[in-house]
Amino acid sequence: MSPAPIRAVAIGASAGAVQALQTILPALPADYRLPVLVVVHVPSDRDNQLAPLLRAQCAVPVREAVDKEPVAAGVIYFAPSDYHLLVETEETLALSADETVNYSRPSIDVLFESAADAYGDGLVGVILTGANHDGAAGLKAIADAGGQVIVEDPGGAYASAMPLAALAACPNATTMNLDAIASYLASLGAP
Amino acid sequence: MPDAIVDLEIQLLLEALFQRYHYDFRHYARASIKRRLVLARDQLGFGSISAMQEQVLHDPALLPRLLGYLTVQVSEMFRDPSYFRALREKVLPHLRTYPSLKVWIAGCSEGEELYSLAILFREEGLYERTLFYATDINPDALSAAEAGVYSLDRIRKFTENHQKSGGKSSLSDYYTADYGRAVFDKTLRERVVFSDHSLVTDAVFAEMHLISCRNVMIYFDRLLQDRAIGLFRDSLARKAFLGLGSKESLRFSTHAAAFSDFVPEEKIYQRREP
Repeated sequence: MSPAPIRAVAIGASAGAVQALQTILPALPADYRLPVLVVVHVPSDRDNQLAPLLRAQCAVPVREAVDKEPVAAGVIYFAPSDYHLLVETEETLALSADETVNYSRPSIDVLFESAADAYGDGLVGVILTGANHDGAAGLKAIADAGGQVIVEDPGGAYASAMPLAALAACPNATTMNLDAIASYLASLGAP
Repeated sequence: MPDAIVDLEIQLLLEALFQRYHYDFRHYARASIKRRLVLARDQLGFGSISAMQEQVLHDPALLPRLLGYLTVQVSEMFRDPSYFRALREKVLPHLRTYPSLKVWIAGCSEGEELYSLAILFREEGLYERTLFYATDINPDALSAAEAGVYSLDRIRKFTENHQKSGGKSSLSDYYTADYGRAVFDKTLRERVVFSDHSLVTDAVFAEMHLISCRNVMIYFDRLLQDRAIGLFRDSLARKAFLGLGSKESLRFSTHAAAFSDFVPEEKIYQRREP
């Protein structure tokens, strides 16, 4: 049995996210054929400056997620600050102002769990550097739904707590350093 | 449990709530509803959503607890201070020209936005000529809004937001601290009508000069959003105002042509001349 075709990528990162994403996202080619959904923890009273920053460095279009928008292939979507980002089963984006999860809004768990529902075994979930435990339960949901799960090597991560928590929840996750994650994701969505 | 079964259980529970109690969540955005119901199932100690359905059908006492999960929004006073600043600086100068005003806070939850607007209108000298309608579908949330009591540990954030919104007074002028709680001044709700009203099933009830409905429609599917926006259109006086949440818009609505952008970056719209 060949593995299921991948239809989407979901990435979660916290402390150290900027550098990690600057390694991964600019490596994706202009004709990338997967949607990439990203949750980064940022303080709620600050506008999310990450999308504009990365937009300048990426070949793939970078946007802030808009409620009810259909998920488009070859676009990198960032969760807006102070809103959770979810994916509906009909593959549209949804935002929510529900309470924080793991003290975070947006929360990686919220994105990953809903994306696992929407994409099942067609999803790759990636947990990067971070100093908390958000994303661990979500990564397990992706694995339980048959998706692929990748964790940044905690030894090389700027902050190891989030990768370690993700590995505790998903012991069979593949660990990679940032460069390996970048080239793997690039190859997955190459046309 | 396979996910398809949970999805089916949710569909059946929402149908049961509608048929038994006339609460209609069937057209709410499903991913958030699922999170909330799974949380309710786990925290209330049910083995499945079907088990929760069985109990709520036979025991109305479970209904308010479920409504708590399905509807209650955690908000802040003056959440998104720039929205309130735009109301103060751009909308209120227009409203000032009317001898009497009606303001509708649709989906008021526990009242944070209502008190924010009441304080804003008082600071701007418009409170005495304004009637506020604060509506929600959750009776417990409405009671909390009517009580106007918030935990003191939330007040620091409320105060900071109020200052950023261009507040002309001190928030502490409007509440008294009491055993870890901030009790808001009852004169702030002298001109407020609290009422059970559903954007899903109920109709127009008055002609408004300002409707503020923030982070409510984000939970609706497009069909329901359109119904609510149609209701707002029909409730607004000519050239009256509609304020939405910072990530909401009229962009996908069939009623978009009835409105013009007034403060686009704050999602404040103005009703066009009919």
